[in-house]
Amino acid sequence: MDYFDSEDQSLPPEQLRKLQTNRLASLVNYLYENVLFYRNKLKHCGVKPGDINSLEQLQDLPFTIKEDFRDNYPFGLFAADLEDVVRVHASSGTTGKPTVVGYTKQDIDLWSRLAARTLACGGGSANDVVQVAYGYGLFTGGLGMHYGGEKLGATVIPISSGNSRQQLQLMEDFNTTLLCCTPTYALQLLETAREEGIDFHSLPLKTGFFGAEPWSDSMRQSIEQRMNIDALDIYGLSEIIGPGVSSECLEKQGLHIFEDHFYPEIIDPVSGQPLPEGEQGELVITCMTKQALPLLRYRTRDITSITREPCPCGRTFARMERVRGRTDDMLIIRGVNVFPSQIEAVLLEIEETEPHYQIIVKREGTLDELEIQVEVNRKLFTDAVKGLEKLQQKINHAIINTLNLRAKITLVEPRSLKRHQGKSQRVIDHRT
Amino acid sequence: MKVQQISIFLENRLGRLNHITALLGQAGINIRALSLADTSDFGILRLIVDQPEHARKVLEDGDIIFKFTEVIAVEVPDKPGGLARVLAALTDASINVEYMYAFVEKAENAAIMVFRFEQLTRAGTILRENGFTVLTNEEVLAL
Repeated sequence: MDYFDSEDQSLPPEQLRKLQTNRLASLVNYLYENVLFYRNKLKHCGVKPGDINSLEQLQDLPFTIKEDFRDNYPFGLFAADLEDVVRVHASSGTTGKPTVVGYTKQDIDLWSRLAARTLACGGGSANDVVQVAYGYGLFTGGLGMHYGGEKLGATVIPISSGNSRQQLQLMEDFNTTLLCCTPTYALQLLETAREEGIDFHSLPLKTGFFGAEPWSDSMRQSIEQRMNIDALDIYGLSEIIGPGVSSECLEKQGLHIFEDHFYPEIIDPVSGQPLPEGEQGELVITCMTKQALPLLRYRTRDITSITREPCPCGRTFARMERVRGRTDDMLIIRGVNVFPSQIEAVLLEIEETEPHYQIIVKREGTLDELEIQVEVNRKLFTDAVKGLEKLQQKINHAIINTLNLRAKITLVEPRSLKRHQGKSQRVIDHRT
Repeated sequence: MKVQQISIFLENRLGRLNHITALLGQAGINIRALSLADTSDFGILRLIVDQPEHARKVLEDGDIIFKFTEVIAVEVPDKPGGLARVLAALTDASINVEYMYAFVEKAENAAIMVFRFEQLTRAGTILRENGFTVLTNEEVLAL
């Protein structure tokens, strides 16, 4: 199939590995020579320039973590002189200083190509009209997809986020075919369209590129149906480059990682050891080809798994599943790693709607006890005690199957107050 | 012949029953009959009230989880063996009682019992055929 950059994305696996090995070797040399932070780390590991000749050696190299950005604020991790850096972006740090990233001219060109690949993954070409409704500014979403659209040769509408009425008007007047925004903003657009009496089924919109926040397959189905489009999950983070790290193709069977530039690993977030293909763990990315800010084994804190099964679309790149959660939320219960998102997925399957729940962890003597409080909704409620007990058992079995852990399932009434307090409120850990 | 019952989900927590009865009370809704099924974790409160549609609105506004279900109200002779005769008629027809409870009010010389069956219509017919008085929803509301 012919699409933007199709040759690079369909390299035979052995050629891809060779390319990655060469790029990793150059990266280590480049970091050793240009970044004091890495030179010290590599020396500490006993690695010298020229030592790397296989990808297997990667697991002996040091990790980079988010805190390294803070410690080297603002430009300490840059490998290029500021003279050659043509752009910076920054993400607002929730604690302390923002995370600052930089790009040389060549980096911007690479980023544009990768964002163009993302659009092409969803069938985009020079004939398309791209509405970029991610925020423009220090956030990488807006400008990243903007440059990607231009690189593809499409017509870009740099509308940024917000002002939903105008978004819809331009969509109608300019015949937008590709929409880039967060999934929650897509829902907002649907809401405004309903108020304004605009029917998405009469618009030429084809594909949505939704990322920058976690969302679910059920949300995808709802958006696809109501917008009459293909809704694709796209993934990126500013530390690596911004949007353009990985993207779903129209098969919607996981996100292709652009691994000719970003080498992916999955590790156990506690031990740091690499995990076999298919297992869930923390995504680690080595950013091999950037000039201003290449990174060695950056721990994304995102939980996912990777498959190398061939994809019908013909791209040979590995695919990661939709991000399942964050390592920050991880609990260790009786030695088992538990992510609230896993519990959420179980409940979602049983309830078929957005579940409301709270996870409570206690220690009874020396044993950890997991309790899951599940809010009963109208649909789940039956007049018979038997029916509700059956529901408890069903949840319990599904949790055992998923987590290999026994949990106490408690059915509770809805508590509207806790709804909007965010994810962290989902977990109450009495052990700490 | 079917009577509207409201089944309410109750979490096993102090004050929940009080909360719901207070909601209904403040709205001027009178409880005519009730039963509470409970397990160690949760309960189901079953009510027959004088203004079901008003109660529906009050419970909805109060974010209470509930369901309208149908039951049968039967006059049971107020004398020894009265209930046994009703149950005998049902047993002979192989009808299983899921649960039952009594009304606070009495009809003349009879207690009023609320029954829930899986085969609700058939049970009502059997009871009538056996000479028992099965009350209509209107009759119950008028009590």
